[in-house]
Amino acid sequence: MSRHADAAPTAKTQTRSDAILTCRDLSVEFTMDRGTSTVLNGLDIDIERNEIIGIVGESGSGKSMFASALLDAVVEPGVTTGTITYRPAEGREIDVLDRSDDQLQQLRWEDISMVFQGALSSFNPTLKLRGHFVETLEAHGYDVESGMERTHELLSDLYLDPGRVLGSYPHELSGGMKQRALIALSLVLEPDVLVMDEPTAALDLLMQRSIISLLSALREKYDLTMVFITHDLPLVTKLADRIGVLYAFELAEVSGTEELLRSPRHPYTRALLNSTPDIESPLAEMQPIEGSAPDPVDVPPGCPYHERCPLATADCAAVKPAMEAASETHDVACHYWERVPDEIDLTTEVSR
Amino acid sequence: MSADDPVVSMSGVDIHFEMDGTLNPFEGPRTVQAVDGVDLDIPENDVVAIVGESGSGKTTLGKAAVGLQQPSSGTVTFRGQDIWNAKKRFTNPSIPYSEIRQSLQIIHQDPGSSLNPHRTVEASLAEPLKTVQTELGPEDREARILAMLERVGMTPPHDYARRYPHQLSGGEKQRVALVRALLMNPDLILADEAVSALDVSLRVEVMDLMLELQGAFDTSFLFISHDLSNARYLAEHADGRLGVMYLGELVELGGAEEVLRNPQHPYTKVLKWATPSLGIEEGPAEPPVREIDIPDPVDPPSGCRFHTRCPYATEHCREMTPDRRSVGEASHRVSCFRSEEDSEYWHSDPLEGASLDADER
Repeated sequence: MSRHADAAPTAKTQTRSDAILTCRDLSVEFTMDRGTSTVLNGLDIDIERNEIIGIVGESGSGKSMFASALLDAVVEPGVTTGTITYRPAEGREIDVLDRSDDQLQQLRWEDISMVFQGALSSFNPTLKLRGHFVETLEAHGYDVESGMERTHELLSDLYLDPGRVLGSYPHELSGGMKQRALIALSLVLEPDVLVMDEPTAALDLLMQRSIISLLSALREKYDLTMVFITHDLPLVTKLADRIGVLYAFELAEVSGTEELLRSPRHPYTRALLNSTPDIESPLAEMQPIEGSAPDPVDVPPGCPYHERCPLATADCAAVKPAMEAASETHDVACHYWERVPDEIDLTTEVSR
Repeated sequence: MSADDPVVSMSGVDIHFEMDGTLNPFEGPRTVQAVDGVDLDIPENDVVAIVGESGSGKTTLGKAAVGLQQPSSGTVTFRGQDIWNAKKRFTNPSIPYSEIRQSLQIIHQDPGSSLNPHRTVEASLAEPLKTVQTELGPEDREARILAMLERVGMTPPHDYARRYPHQLSGGEKQRVALVRALLMNPDLILADEAVSALDVSLRVEVMDLMLELQGAFDTSFLFISHDLSNARYLAEHADGRLGVMYLGELVELGGAEEVLRNPQHPYTKVLKWATPSLGIEEGPAEPPVREIDIPDPVDPPSGCRFHTRCPYATEHCREMTPDRRSVGEASHRVSCFRSEEDSEYWHSDPLEGASLDADER
């Protein structure tokens, strides 16, 4: 991709010390009648062992594609390019995008597991929950008895009554119970990485927040690495160690959560924070983001955000900004990241 | 009809749904108590936001307020006229039912499915005008529609009027739904999760528009949401009220600012905890409820319905139902024994996992 041609060595191009997943130049393209649609454009990101990373973006920013790409599960006719390297705690590095179907089957669920948004459609409506767990264990050649013991423990960890849940059909459970049961199912084969795409979006706030608490506890207990993909920035700040902001199929900013909230460097991240309804910040100061996100067939040249950005110059329209390190733990793709904090006020008060 | 009557007044409203029983013929039908004993007045030019979890009955309450759901008992009146009496024949109501129907409008959660995909925006908007304002000619109708589209920021209006729903974004569809409701010159608009399906960044924009139109047209709003921060945004901006529903009961109601600054019901505090804020914390604390899941509304808990989850519940809460009482400001009402200083609650044994002075986390 063109951005590599002139990019100076930056924090992003070196592999972090203990990355469990390393993505380099990860792209997904769909060829359609209207033209080629690039729904993920040259992502470079390291996911560290045992961290929870939040990936935040609006609808149509490519965040679900990123989730699918991590498991090489992009639907036809999408084409995934670049590399994803998975480093298990023991054993050799694995190139995720270069595996046979059988090998992929093993990688999914056993190493990298995924929870999708609609729990309803993830379960077979004619099969009791027990059947789903048994089927999953058998399909991967696991011992069913010890697997079910683990199931009981996982369900209890998620504040569910194992006896009742396993004996129920999916429709007999509430949305929140189903979603938690699905999280338990995704963990039953002891994966290292759990990728979640909007796992709480269809639930109400109390259940969302409760699940966030439970996920934190699960990470500690089972030494998990989590990738939490959402449009809801305030929700993920309660959970994530680091946050990556996606805009128009590219990463705009990646930073430690606290640093991102205190001093966001990308104008888009600032706009996103300022537009978030928040229960504690002063009412008068929430501002919607002007304009709309670009069409994947027709992403503007240069910085993809320049058409909506108050700081945009002719440079922004011509030259795509490279990821630069604003600090050791903070990377941003903006030509003017040094000026941004002075030029764009942050109206949302970050409370402690 | 008098000017002092609230637009809509609900008193002692119960709404029960009978569910078809199982195949077992000896089992009677089961009843879901969706709304139980709710009193709520909505005066002119007022904004009321109702929050609650899924299954708390907030949508059913909203539908009852605009006359779309008949209460099992209790009354719903529009400017003093009982809505369901007006609908009956030969009752000679002071306000005809058709006028009531027109005055109470609704905006749904999913803007996509509330518009006919085969009709242009203009055709969708003209339909209700044709039915209701028969005196308008085609040119006047078009002029009104274009003016309203422009009013909600859909410019150029000629271009938008010719579009089909699939050519609109989610926010634009919701604007069309809002225009359709406003063309009826309503006195009350029920907005049921009207911004929940929109992207976070768009919600503020649509809520701002609702507020602006609320002020410009003197329409009352009943805004229903599971999201306390959206409810707060709308209610506080309009200087309105905030109500909290739990398992069919309105457990707390008061000025939005007062309820949020000084929540009295433990459930309101739980909702406040659950509302994402951009604060930085060490790590998420445990949920301040003893049970994560809402109980089955077919068989709601005895006494105070929140006692199975409440961190402060005692034996007294299990046996007795708290009355609604005023706290602090006159309009702030709450149903909890903890708001009564001389309640037996304070001498009762806490339930398992609960305590009288559970830390407010």
